[in-house]
Amino acid sequence: MGSDSNARLMTASYLSAGTSSFSDFLTSTAPELLPGAGSVSVSSGVARDLPHGTTIVAAAFNGGVVMAGDRRATAGNMIAQRDIEKVFRSDEFSCIGIAGVAGIGIDLVRLFQVELEHYEKLEGRALSLEGKANRLAGMVRANLGGAMQGLVVVPIFAGYDTDEGVGRIFSYDVAGGRYEEQRFHSVGSGSVFARGSLKKLYADGMESAEAVMACMQALYDAADDDSATGGPDMTRRIYPVVVTVTAAGYQRLPEDVTGTYAQAVVAERMTEPDGPRSHLQTPRAIG
Amino acid sequence: MPFYVSPEQAMKDKADYARKGIARGRSGVVIQYDTGILFVAPNPSRALHKISEIYDRIAFAAVGRYNEYEVLRKAGVRYADVTGYQYDRQDVTARGLANWYAQTLGTIFTDSPKPFEVEIVVAEVAEVPAEDQIYRITFDGSVNDEHGYVAVGGQADAIATVLKEHYTDDLTLSGALAAAIAGLAAQANGDRIEINAGQLEVAVLDRTREHRTFRRLTGARLEALLAEIGPDGGTSPQPGTAAPAKAKKGSAAAEGGTSQAKPAGEEQARPDSSEPGGESEG
Repeated sequence: MGSDSNARLMTASYLSAGTSSFSDFLTSTAPELLPGAGSVSVSSGVARDLPHGTTIVAAAFNGGVVMAGDRRATAGNMIAQRDIEKVFRSDEFSCIGIAGVAGIGIDLVRLFQVELEHYEKLEGRALSLEGKANRLAGMVRANLGGAMQGLVVVPIFAGYDTDEGVGRIFSYDVAGGRYEEQRFHSVGSGSVFARGSLKKLYADGMESAEAVMACMQALYDAADDDSATGGPDMTRRIYPVVVTVTAAGYQRLPEDVTGTYAQAVVAERMTEPDGPRSHLQTPRAIG
Repeated sequence: MPFYVSPEQAMKDKADYARKGIARGRSGVVIQYDTGILFVAPNPSRALHKISEIYDRIAFAAVGRYNEYEVLRKAGVRYADVTGYQYDRQDVTARGLANWYAQTLGTIFTDSPKPFEVEIVVAEVAEVPAEDQIYRITFDGSVNDEHGYVAVGGQADAIATVLKEHYTDDLTLSGALAAAIAGLAAQANGDRIEINAGQLEVAVLDRTREHRTFRRLTGARLEALLAEIGPDGGTSPQPGTAAPAKAKKGSAAAEGGTSQAKPAGEEQARPDSSEPGGESEG
């Protein structure tokens, strides 16, 4: 913790009555540790050429919620990383995915994970799902200055509400606006295509496996039309990260299971390149 | 006009004050077993904990004044979370935390008019029992590196004597709990304390768990364990423990002149001073 006087200052603040929020604690005692701290004015070209996380989708199902993210990080016109992970466990009953500048986003996730655990340890109980969603909104808002300079990070948060017994999804804007999504949502560069795809594939009361399949299809569609989003990499066996949160808690699907879903999607697209077709009905009068 | 008080006298007064405060409270036990570290403290409260999680593999137990060790507990969580966030989760160690507590308590003891009336244990569970770490830190910042088991609080010596008789390095969880309860029951010189699930705060650092290893044992799980041990706590109180327990009162004042930096609990007269209880480093 640096110099001796700094260490003494930290000791005093550790012992202070203070807050149960880890990010508030850092803000008051060690702001240089916050994500995006010390960011200088960046030209838009520089910001664009930083690695970006691309597409994340989430969908509620009967008794929980699923979140899935592709594995590509894109820097300008280059693939920065083929196997980046953008969907994380935030605590036992929630998960978080990030789109936007990867460097800041991953730090934001780390801070959020510590935030939830810190509160739980200090207060002896976990935050409510709403409380977690609101804390994340505050942390996104704290990065507004960075976002105005092009260092944009937009998370998506989902969890199992232990009181209500349902999966819930929250989306954010760069100003920290927090919106609850009713059934499914998507963020990132390919989100437009993923959301369009999910809209046609999603059904209320889906079971977990169906929701996972819908998300896989949506990610494939996003990769199909958005060059920054990566599709399932069959040759390297790199498949989307898929997690579910239910009453049993957070669970990340093992690689072989996501592989099975991805192979099914790819096999189907060999004959139907545009994916599953929605049922279309023409009005009787015309038909 | 200020009176002159010699530093020796000031330190001695502070140490006596802290020891008396700690001796009034109940004790706590930390003991290793085959797959983890067990923490047991008599505590009727469900909400005001004496035993708490600090980090993935580190827990904290304290006796003394609640408001004071609660400050230390929160500070420990902040220290651990800042360190883990700044570096990596594996860089948070019990040794680092114990040193931080020692420095902090030492500073408070010398600088502030009133010392903290607390005695704390920081324990870290490792992959194998041989690498487990247990540190006892006393009100003046003395650190003791303990092995196998440790008792803290006013009756620490009496309890440690019983623990020594029951401790082996291959205890199971129920065996360790039986040993801890036997130790705690022996404290009040024949006055056996109430041993039921509602009166005990019990927690473990379980080395078989991933990520966060700390778990409280409450309700049905604890009652099942207690039933396994038997109504007697597995053992009857040891007759040999009566003498040190009886010698408690007033011994602090009688012996106080020897050393200010002695950990609390060691002020007790100990005719059969055979136990290996850690020695002060500070």
